[in-house]
Amino acid sequence: MRLGYAIPLVIFFALAVALYVGLGLKPRDIPSALIDKPVPTFDLAAVKGRDKGLATADLNTGEVSLVNVFASWCGPCRVEHPLWMDVQAAGNVPLHGINYKDDPDNAANWLERFGDPYTRTGADRNGRVGIDWGVYGVPETFVIDRQGRIRYKHVGVMTRDILDDRILPLVRQLQEQKQ
Amino acid sequence: MTWASALKAIAMAFAVIGFLSLAPGTPSALAQSTIDVPLEDLSEESRAKALFKILRCLVCQNQSIDDSNADLARDLRVLVRQRIAAGDSDDQTVGYIVDRYGDWVLLEPPFKQATLILWLGPLAILILAVGGIALRFRRRTVEAPVAPAPLNADESRRLAELLDDVDTKDGTS
Repeated sequence: MRLGYAIPLVIFFALAVALYVGLGLKPRDIPSALIDKPVPTFDLAAVKGRDKGLATADLNTGEVSLVNVFASWCGPCRVEHPLWMDVQAAGNVPLHGINYKDDPDNAANWLERFGDPYTRTGADRNGRVGIDWGVYGVPETFVIDRQGRIRYKHVGVMTRDILDDRILPLVRQLQEQKQ
Repeated sequence: MTWASALKAIAMAFAVIGFLSLAPGTPSALAQSTIDVPLEDLSEESRAKALFKILRCLVCQNQSIDDSNADLARDLRVLVRQRIAAGDSDDQTVGYIVDRYGDWVLLEPPFKQATLILWLGPLAILILAVGGIALRFRRRTVEAPVAPAPLNADESRRLAELLDDVDTKDGTS
């Protein structure tokens, strides 16, 4: 019976801990419904001035690849852009770009001015393919495995830390797996 | 003084505009290529409207796509109207969007194994609390009616003395 008095205290501390943990969660990080699912069916023409478009088949070649959703109107895309130039220069994994709801001239100018890190690009003019990919906040980055399944999704600006600690190790791990 | 504050306000406004243009998920007007127009069939339009209210805008998060002005919300409204016009049922239309964005896109979480605690937790806590209170009160009502034992002769005499004492004190003062 004497322990009964401790119950409210225990409940209080349990709640306090739960709410404290909740404070650290980011509501922007919505769990993707597409993890471990095959990439959506789509076929996009290349960004203006380029000839290699992006379609489902290009992500299903038995190779691990990265897909980056970007746009010239998106400030954070400019911030993460040098990282993609590095990935391209290193040449360890092909990087493809989906140009989301962009003006063709702006997109072409953006890639010419800052450099084009993408092996293939797809121009998603009306954002419909973006919806199929579950895109809600550009930039977004996807890791695609050898079987053409989405294995990881990062929403928001890519940082050196996330790239080196999560994305590239996952890419290496997936590349080591047999087909 | 007023000039200075006016200038300050203008500078602030420019700073805010500059910041907003850098924020993620804010496409320029140039990028618009889908137009948000109601369906001609009124019953289809009212079905679409009802679905807008249960679908979350993923950019502004606590608004439905019916309330939101975000670009993505408009695209989703266009998509819902297209699916309905193409003959999809309400469930098929919502399912199409849930397949891409997950349960999170629904403002009301579905009732399933992963959400059992969410839906039944408050009810369980209420039952526990009411049960606990009921138990306590039952114990108390059992204890309360026990009448005190009557005074024996010795005790009655002392009580009378004490009462007399009080009376005389009252009288003298």
